[in-house]
Amino acid sequence: MTAGSLNNETLGTWADHLVILPIVLPIAVAGVMFLLDERRRRLKEGLATATVLVQLATAIALFVRVGTAAEVYRLGNWAAPYGIVLVADRLSAMMLVLASLLGLAALVFSFARWSRAGPRFHGLFLLLLMGVNGAFLTGDLFNLFVFFEVMLAASYGLVLHGSGETRIRTGLGYIAVNLVASLFFLVGVSLIYGTMGTLNMADLARRLAAPSAETTLFEIGCAVLGIAFLIKCSAWPLGFWLPTTYAAATAPAAAILAILSKVGVYVVVRLSLLLFGAGSSEGFGQTWILAAGLATIAYGTVGIMAARELTRAAGYAVMISSGTVLAALGTGREGTLSGALYYLVGSTFAAGALFLLAEILQRGRDPADAAQPVFADEYRDPFDDAGATEIGRAMPAAVAIVSGGFLLCTLMLAGIPPLAGFVGKLAMFSGLASGTMTAASWGLIAALTLSSLGTLVPLVRLGIFSLWVPHDDPPPRLRSPEFAALAGLLAACVALVLWGGPALAYAEETVRWLAQPQDYIRAVLDGATGAGS
Amino acid sequence: MEIVLSIGIGLFAASGVWLMLRPRTFQVALGLSLLSYSVNLFIFAMGRLTVGAPPVLGKGAEVVSVDDPVPQALVLTALVISFALTALFLVVLLAARGVTGNDHVDGREPHEAEPHPGNPHP
Repeated sequence: MTAGSLNNETLGTWADHLVILPIVLPIAVAGVMFLLDERRRRLKEGLATATVLVQLATAIALFVRVGTAAEVYRLGNWAAPYGIVLVADRLSAMMLVLASLLGLAALVFSFARWSRAGPRFHGLFLLLLMGVNGAFLTGDLFNLFVFFEVMLAASYGLVLHGSGETRIRTGLGYIAVNLVASLFFLVGVSLIYGTMGTLNMADLARRLAAPSAETTLFEIGCAVLGIAFLIKCSAWPLGFWLPTTYAAATAPAAAILAILSKVGVYVVVRLSLLLFGAGSSEGFGQTWILAAGLATIAYGTVGIMAARELTRAAGYAVMISSGTVLAALGTGREGTLSGALYYLVGSTFAAGALFLLAEILQRGRDPADAAQPVFADEYRDPFDDAGATEIGRAMPAAVAIVSGGFLLCTLMLAGIPPLAGFVGKLAMFSGLASGTMTAASWGLIAALTLSSLGTLVPLVRLGIFSLWVPHDDPPPRLRSPEFAALAGLLAACVALVLWGGPALAYAEETVRWLAQPQDYIRAVLDGATGAGS
Repeated sequence: MEIVLSIGIGLFAASGVWLMLRPRTFQVALGLSLLSYSVNLFIFAMGRLTVGAPPVLGKGAEVVSVDDPVPQALVLTALVISFALTALFLVVLLAARGVTGNDHVDGREPHEAEPHPGNPHP
């Protein structure tokens, strides 16, 4: 027997290990990044891009592979409730692709300028991606906590990236809020463990099928856990930190932070449908999620109308998008939720693109924009070599490109035809109309319509102010990486509507899969085909 | 034992919440630490309280009661994470003190109308 065949028997094929690659690869490369000197910028940029590209390829491969099943990866090949499992199903694969695409765009954008605004940008960026990927893939609650913390720790660094008084002040608040959220997370997880004796999501769902004496305490645990996720989703009244923090962060950091609130949304969707779809706690928290979603849409709409800067407006747009998915989940209609998942993908791309556009438009106008040193010993003027190493040149058509991009973002976020925002909202409406119309259905329809109007008006106003009103300062200059990143995000938005049929069908199939958690539970707990090592 | 532990957790949590709502950044840092102590003790309690019971059983061991090792593993992870993040919080706290020139959580004293224009410290 050769070594090769031995490996094949014990380790399985290469493809079986795809699931863990989005976690192992970024953290390994991030470790290398921290060892490399800041001056080896080209090497770092190349490594980071290659990593995110491989991660994107992995995500797409998983996206194609999972089909209507769940791919379960058992670490160390320990059986499910005892060992740690990673589960890739339709929803995880979709979110992985979303995170990788947004990450790629934000990373490429940072090459133009912002990656030089402080030390260790690329390493932190990859760690953030690792945490996000892990949160999408993990199959148990405690690893979810660990991945959340990795993601948050990296995000603290990214919010502070570039330094300056505004970032440090908002960063302090951001860290405090998220530390408290983590404590809620821990209390919830330990209450669930104390009552159910397991933290594996599939095992929890199976045990919930039988009535338990401690249901009340378990539900309290879930509610406390839910508070932690709603803080991450920035649901009203727990999300006041989001617009300020995202507006203060540098543009590429804010763009990738847009996926963070979607991690919270993902977990709420996943756990609600898995644990409370049926069994002893059926429908738990649904009304609360609906109410929180509606209130978040309302608050976000009022906030975006009051926003005076584009970055703040983009922050409120992130809130509205989270609120929409939460409210759609709260209605309990499959058609509405699938429309909302489709909307989530499009609106995340658009919000990320809006953060990047805002930086291009506000560049040079805002004194807080400039980076200031915190630690003098490691500080080099970040932009001192900007002239020497500038990639490409300022494009004459920059204004046209920026205006066109702005138009696309506005149409996407406001949900105006013909772009995906409209298709998503229409799908939600038709999902609501397919059943009996309740007060909640009318409420959601009203909220979504009003939020469209409420998003359109301020974005048009801000667009006119930044693009048409004559200013003293020179027209925006667009460097090639910035153009590539913007074009990529906007192309993704357009692709989402060009292939709207297949995308919506995928979302519908995903919701159908999530609403039937038996297959997920069986795959994790009874799956005979151990694809681990 | 249960009553002592619950009073302890309650005291830690209450002082933590009170300190966290105080206006000085260092008080907030201490409040967060106290809260994380109370949460860590709470995780321990969720594994049920036992005295002298082994968490890991050897082969053929005869025991009447067993301690649940999972919450202990969870507490260890949570401890490390909260310790590291408290350290990070302290660094940001010092940076905020440096750039704003005061230790108020808003970066300025409530009676001041405008934030400090720059760094008033040498």
